Amino acid sequence: MSDFDLTLLKPAIEKFIPMGRPGLLPALHAAQNIYGWLPEPVAAEVAKSLRVPLADVHGVIEFYSMYYNTPTGRNVIRVCTDPACGLRDSDGMLKKLCLQYKLEPHQTHPELDLTIEPSPCLGLCDQVPAVLVTNGNQAIEEFTSTKTYRPKSPVGGTLRLLTKNCGGGATSLRKYGEYAALKKAKSLSREEVVEEIKASGLVGRGGAAFPTGIKWEGALKAEGDVKYVICNADESEPGTFKDRILMLDDPHLMIEGMCIAAYAIGAAKGCIYVRGEYPYIVPVLENALNEAGRAGYLDGFEIEIRVGAGAYICGEETALFESIEGKRGFPRVKPPFPTTYGVFGMPTVINNVETLSNVPLIISMGSAEYRKIGTEKSPGPKLFCVSGDVVEPGLYEVAFGASLREVLDMAGGVTNGRNLKSVLFGGAAGAFATSDHLDVKMTFEDLRAVGLPLGSGVVMVFDETRNMRDVLKRLGKFFAHESCGKCYPCQMGTQRQMEILDRIADGKSREGDLVRLQDVGWTMTDASLCGLGQTAASAVLSAIKLWPEIFVDSE
Amino acid sequence: MSDNLTLVIDGQEISVEQGKTLLEAARENGIDIPTICFHEATTANALCRICVVEVEGMRLLQPACIVKAAANMKVQTRSDKVVRSRKTILEMLASTMDLSDAPEILTMMDEYGASHERFPDAERRESDIKDDNPMYIRDYSKCLLCWRCVQVCADDAQYTYAINFEGRGYESQIGTFFDKTIPETTCVMCGQCVGVCPTGALKPKRQFLLEQGKTPSEISVMNTGRKQRKPR
Repeated sequence: MSDFDLTLLKPAIEKFIPMGRPGLLPALHAAQNIYGWLPEPVAAEVAKSLRVPLADVHGVIEFYSMYYNTPTGRNVIRVCTDPACGLRDSDGMLKKLCLQYKLEPHQTHPELDLTIEPSPCLGLCDQVPAVLVTNGNQAIEEFTSTKTYRPKSPVGGTLRLLTKNCGGGATSLRKYGEYAALKKAKSLSREEVVEEIKASGLVGRGGAAFPTGIKWEGALKAEGDVKYVICNADESEPGTFKDRILMLDDPHLMIEGMCIAAYAIGAAKGCIYVRGEYPYIVPVLENALNEAGRAGYLDGFEIEIRVGAGAYICGEETALFESIEGKRGFPRVKPPFPTTYGVFGMPTVINNVETLSNVPLIISMGSAEYRKIGTEKSPGPKLFCVSGDVVEPGLYEVAFGASLREVLDMAGGVTNGRNLKSVLFGGAAGAFATSDHLDVKMTFEDLRAVGLPLGSGVVMVFDETRNMRDVLKRLGKFFAHESCGKCYPCQMGTQRQMEILDRIADGKSREGDLVRLQDVGWTMTDASLCGLGQTAASAVLSAIKLWPEIFVDSE
Repeated sequence: MSDNLTLVIDGQEISVEQGKTLLEAARENGIDIPTICFHEATTANALCRICVVEVEGMRLLQPACIVKAAANMKVQTRSDKVVRSRKTILEMLASTMDLSDAPEILTMMDEYGASHERFPDAERRESDIKDDNPMYIRDYSKCLLCWRCVQVCADDAQYTYAINFEGRGYESQIGTFFDKTIPETTCVMCGQCVGVCPTGALKPKRQFLLEQGKTPSEISVMNTGRKQRKPR
């Protein structure tokens, strides 16, 4: 009846069957790894095995852009077409690859079992134009000779605390040393650990800047049979690649941070949710977890690795919970907040990779010493992902309070001796700065005062020759592609915004487009359900303030 | 008699029971807040955001359908920010879907001065009518994704799970497993989805046929295999 040998499927998904619905994403990954895509009989078999309604399984496949329910090659080449890569002609790269294999984007070459497609940001903005080549769940390099299996990024800066072990390949446990901070934490009471994190002034590094200690305190006090610590490694904000480097080069720092969090709140379960575009990180994490387990550091704290499937929205904490639960990544309405009602309805601490990597530092140094780094209101070290038109794109660690000028100098300044046109701060969900902002100190308070978000630490540089309309068009496309579709302002607003930015980039703007963009933008900002919609117009609205003339045709 | 609390909506001091939403508090006191996705019989998901209101001290607009009234809250249901959001959402809907069977939304558009032509050249969500079962038709050109049909088919009522979502973002649509026809799904023809559809995207087959100009006697013998009764 079926052209697909389902006998291969059963052993591959067997271990996910007892999980029921929460096993759905891992089971679909395993199935797609066999068949290259998810044909109907395969999806039906997964549904039957996990006891998930057929329509729901279909809904999940349809939500995640890395699941395919039409014939797709086992080998997929993804070319990033977001702003940083766009500056280095990623469109041309996509075209070239398509020509080489005689394919249209999204088309499949049956003999080579190959599909080529454009992709949202791959988190490789320091090595542009970025291309990810996968075979099933593995990252490979057979199809492009320029890319290596494991991306290596320049790491620099004036501080090397978070990046102490970064820049030289994966750090084994032997090199990392014992989990001394965890040991020290366990000599304290849970409450004392939470107090220490609160006293450090650490706030989330994923973009929302929520005080970490307050989250931990909430989860410690919350009632629940099982508590969870989740590491949000769904790094997908265009221009962001810091978490990739931290995980690849020094996974133990983050895992030790998770262990300390688990001790502090009394969590028995943990999860690292890695975006699907980072398949090459998974074996590194698995290895590090095995090492930590063998050394006895996990001590009853069970950490699972979950792999996303192509959905920026799953970086939103509640959407990430839904995804772990085997559902479409729709963000939930808040309250209730994760600390009391997180994944599976249990008290949950969810922190970003960089945030968790700060934790062992704080415990080792003590909060007082930690606070000597940075400024009073923004203590600690900070990672900046510098990309675009600079001599050396890469990851730079500084103390909070370094100026934009200093960070740009570290990256060698603007390429070809050109002048600076603009810097996109904080990612696609961020805002544009200009040379007027070069001496602004990069702290939460100083940036807020000039209306710039720190976001996830993105510093994307555009030189004076750049066409900002093209940059905006790419941002518009990104949000339209990534909106989950749950709330109306974002579902329709990202589409309308994209349409208007498209025609402006094509020199075909219509009368009233600037006001249209503002109405759509403010409606998304004020009325959307989650952070994605609330920031989907942020960069556009900032561009309107800086360069109103580009939104109107010159003739 | 449970505890009451006092809040201010549009300058009017209002006393409501603890646990009521802002929408309930407003409606009980004759203050109109429009809704689209909200339905008393389904779980409120705060999707449409047409019910958003401005609450003093809060940066973002708040969906009245789920936000609970709290003591001393100061709420504005018609601030400039609120009106801009509602009007823009309505204008985007009009540029997206066929509202011809949604008189309540058309009235709302008049009330907010929302233009049907605000977004020229907008890509509309269009879909062929799915006429695949004897009970109801599905015309997703008229669907505004309120989710009610999916909810009543699932945990809000019927636990049947015949339908779910396709695509995401603007490309979202309600659909079945690999686009199966309704009789091939778990659908039990309970009709609850049709009952909660606000825009005529789901419509009883008979109503659909009447609108197509078929007469009741023509309809009564359609697809049944019966012969038309001979006139006496």
